[in-house]
Amino acid sequence: MIRFDAATKRYPDGTVAVDQLTLEAPSGAITVLVGPSGCGKTTSLRMVNRMIEPTSGTVWLDDTDTASLPAHELRRRIGYVIQNAGLFPHRTVLDNVATVPLLLGEDRRRARASALELVERVGLDPALAKRYPAQLSGGQQQRVGVARALAADPPVMLMDEPFSAVDPVVREQLQDEFLRLQGELGKTIVFVTHDIDEAIKLGDQVAVLRVGGTLAQLATPAELLARPIDAFVAGFVGRDRGYRALAFAHGRNLPVREEPTVAVGSSHPGSAAGLAGWILAVDAERRPQGWLPTADELDETVTDSRLHRGGTLATQGGALRSALDACLSSPSGRGVVVDDDGRLLGSVTAREVLELIEERER
Amino acid sequence: MSVDVLPLDASSSPLAFWSYFLDHRSTDLGWLWDHTWLSVVPVVVGLVLALPLGWLARRHAWVYPPMMSVTGLLYTIPSIALFVLIPPLFGLSVLSPLQVPIALSVYSTSLLVRVVADGLAAVPSETVQAATALGYRPLARFTRVELPIAVPVITAGLRVAIVANVSIVAVAGTIGLDNLGRLFDQGFTLSVNEPYYPPIVLGIVLCVLLALVLDAVVLVVDRLLTPWRRAVAAR
Repeated sequence: MIRFDAATKRYPDGTVAVDQLTLEAPSGAITVLVGPSGCGKTTSLRMVNRMIEPTSGTVWLDDTDTASLPAHELRRRIGYVIQNAGLFPHRTVLDNVATVPLLLGEDRRRARASALELVERVGLDPALAKRYPAQLSGGQQQRVGVARALAADPPVMLMDEPFSAVDPVVREQLQDEFLRLQGELGKTIVFVTHDIDEAIKLGDQVAVLRVGGTLAQLATPAELLARPIDAFVAGFVGRDRGYRALAFAHGRNLPVREEPTVAVGSSHPGSAAGLAGWILAVDAERRPQGWLPTADELDETVTDSRLHRGGTLATQGGALRSALDACLSSPSGRGVVVDDDGRLLGSVTAREVLELIEERER
Repeated sequence: MSVDVLPLDASSSPLAFWSYFLDHRSTDLGWLWDHTWLSVVPVVVGLVLALPLGWLARRHAWVYPPMMSVTGLLYTIPSIALFVLIPPLFGLSVLSPLQVPIALSVYSTSLLVRVVADGLAAVPSETVQAATALGYRPLARFTRVELPIAVPVITAGLRVAIVANVSIVAVAGTIGLDNLGRLFDQGFTLSVNEPYYPPIVLGIVLCVLLALVLDAVVLVVDRLLTPWRRAVAAR
């Protein structure tokens, strides 16, 4: 647990970066600090490991006042990941990861052996272990940064915009893997971002800070979307809040209807009678591949190139947002629902999803 | 090629410096050795002094401008003046074996303070921050992270300093201190009625060779210290 107790950072020129911040980041959870530039989110983060010393107030790490420890000892107990990873260019991936264990006096061979395990754990090819950071892509470097922060198995991790310097596709992969890793490790994490979508995706709780370094709202992502406390938070959380909140609403009982299919590669799709314009094509494993227009000659072979691939897929038990999106994006108007292995369960219509949304507790 | 025992007669041949060398081999090799250590030791002393000074200039922004002014000023003092000024300042005799190394250490330090400060400034700030955040204490951070990353800039400065020293040491030869500069003095002395070049050419050849060898040594050291830079090229 990390607890800010009226923590304040005032610079000699009078600028207040963080003003009386009181906030608790519970153990085993991800607390995201988010806000526009100048809101003091990075300053707050750095007060935890005393890269920045608070002018007044206290930051607690469990029952320890962080100011009571020598700074370097405190920092060795806290993992730290920054934007652009900040890797040591003169050390191999393996030695980068082994940094903190070596500082703590572990012997080199053991430190490297456990570093190699971590390299794999963050999803990197172990063959990269002997490379230098400049030989890696931005996304790979960021993974090394995460591995390095985890190396001494600290209970607490601080992450300062760790995924903001990579392209959107890689960022999403990194976020997903970060959540998977956190599911296994259960660290106490404080995560800084300026990206509200990232905050909502990753946070168990989200602290929205406003310029001047004050806490505007501390809430779960769903609460933040449903009940922003004031105009600033509402504006910062942004548009489409109602729709985005559906990402946290789960429709366990999607009323899935059986959906007729044709197999890709078959030339005899069977009866298409009664189907309004489109028939769903599946592969041999019954994984949906796309929609085939029934206006086409149905006795021709069903090939990949003839399929309309606009429709997204919803999973049974997944968020209502993806169920609704599956309906809206499907050319037939029927949203495709699959199981966890990606096999077809059936379809659902937008009207049915909307009924579930309306039934849901508000 | 015939080796003439009378150097004066062979002075017209472009390779006459070689016969001159063979005739005075032991003296010349002695001077070459003197020249070598006089060029190298001050650079080592200069580096040892420049590391803390450069760190200071980097650490405290206000130190940098005055330190650069002072070191720049020291570097502009003509070497011959410095050779003459040092014995009284340090209480040495007029022709002391220490005055040249002291003077050259002043030059090397002046040159290398800026090099070290700029080399440290070139270390990416996120790398320094990461080192701090991972729990390096300031001295360990300097020696294990900042300095190794600054090596390419520092060795580039060392190459300049060492080659400059080879040339400045020769000046000390002309005031009678033992090193390859004595060859120029000899050439001047022997050119009574007509110019006599062999010792002068020999001096130039040996100085250039020495500079090339020392430069290569620094280059090799640089490559040994920075395997990570070549790995980038192999990407």
